[in-house]
Amino acid sequence: MKKIKTPIAKKDIFNLRVGDEVLLSGTIYTARDQVHKKLVEAIKKGKKVPLAIKDQIIYYCGPSATPKGKVIGSCGPTTSSRMDELTEPLLKKGLLAMIGKGRRSKKVKNLIKKYKAIYFLAPSGCGALLAEKVMFKKLVGFKELGSEAIYRLEVKDFPLIVGIDSKGRSIY
Amino acid sequence: MTNLRLKKEMEELVAKASFCLRADLYLLLKKALAKETKPNARKALRCILENARIANKENLAICQDTGLPVLFIEAGKDVKLSSQFIKILQEGVMSGYKKHSLRASMVDPILRKAPSYKGVISHVEFLEQAKGIKITLFPKGFGSENKSQLKMFNPTASVEEIEGFIVESVKNAGPEGCPPFVVGVGIGGTADKALLLAKKSLIDRVDKSNPDRNLKKLEQSLFKKINNLRIGPMGFGGKTTVLAVKVKTAPTHIAGLPVGVNISCHALRSAAITFK
Repeated sequence: MKKIKTPIAKKDIFNLRVGDEVLLSGTIYTARDQVHKKLVEAIKKGKKVPLAIKDQIIYYCGPSATPKGKVIGSCGPTTSSRMDELTEPLLKKGLLAMIGKGRRSKKVKNLIKKYKAIYFLAPSGCGALLAEKVMFKKLVGFKELGSEAIYRLEVKDFPLIVGIDSKGRSIY
Repeated sequence: MTNLRLKKEMEELVAKASFCLRADLYLLLKKALAKETKPNARKALRCILENARIANKENLAICQDTGLPVLFIEAGKDVKLSSQFIKILQEGVMSGYKKHSLRASMVDPILRKAPSYKGVISHVEFLEQAKGIKITLFPKGFGSENKSQLKMFNPTASVEEIEGFIVESVKNAGPEGCPPFVVGVGIGGTADKALLLAKKSLIDRVDKSNPDRNLKKLEQSLFKKINNLRIGPMGFGGKTTVLAVKVKTAPTHIAGLPVGVNISCHALRSAAITFK
């Protein structure tokens, strides 16, 4: 089990191998389907986006509403492959890591290798367990999308497995 | 029962389905853990069970995808149903989602804006042999719903061909459908009926085998073949790709053979209430 903290240096990414178990602490941003569509459209048009993508970690997640007295509701990963066709523009902008569940396309595997990024898996269908690892949640952009908006999450010992490493090797 | 009381009952049904792992499913997950030897598969199953414990204790949703709420309303011959009654059930579900901080996941399919709680689906069925009314709430998560399949076979298709299609459907679902799965199968009827039967089979107890001898045999055969795919818990390999296979049938047309497959992730959630 490796403990890593954000910001993550590129060299730390190179040291992670497919299948490695990681406890991540620090800042991650939620972004899923509609946010990806909007980000990619904005990047194409050269418009400003509400998220500094370079060296950041995106978590494919749309959390449940926050119950009273809690930091966040249930917050497990959603299916990553739906973002496959919308991933390259973000990697081009320097996106460091993605967190989700399930397989990625061959194209994304190659892109991860090309841009020396990394893809983590979070335990799927375990949103209650993961909610306990989130210390702070703040809305960052696209409020109108509700749970699909961008949220900044501060996580502590968020349990992950390397799904695709920076050399493009996949766990599946 | 007053309308207010009925609405409250529905709100509690929402909490029960979303926070408490079904006892029959818990049993199968425990059984799977006892059988698994692969470390990653064991770890995944332990994580699923630990998640269920936390969800129950903390009143947190088992999964953040609190699903599209589907209601199955089964009315006996002594029951008169009104549209007002169905409306109150649906309102109770919506206010239950809000009250218990569950995710608003429903959007207009074209506009895809401002997710809300609107869009509860209700299936009403009148049962000649039953009395009273049974209401089952089945919040269906879409990670697995997206893996649904329908195939219109020729009426001359063999059982092997049908099994092959079902196994292939589960193979396509893969790690992102959140295995270990419960697989619902509907055979017969029309295209829509086959898929509805497949979905409805998932609300039955999953730890009990089918009372129909032929269907039991089919379920057992599919169980074996699907587990031989070795997708495993969370897709990390292992013996448990499917926890149970449930098959329902209906009479169909001489020209056709619809087969519907509706897959549930390991977070199969449903809760029922019966009124006499």
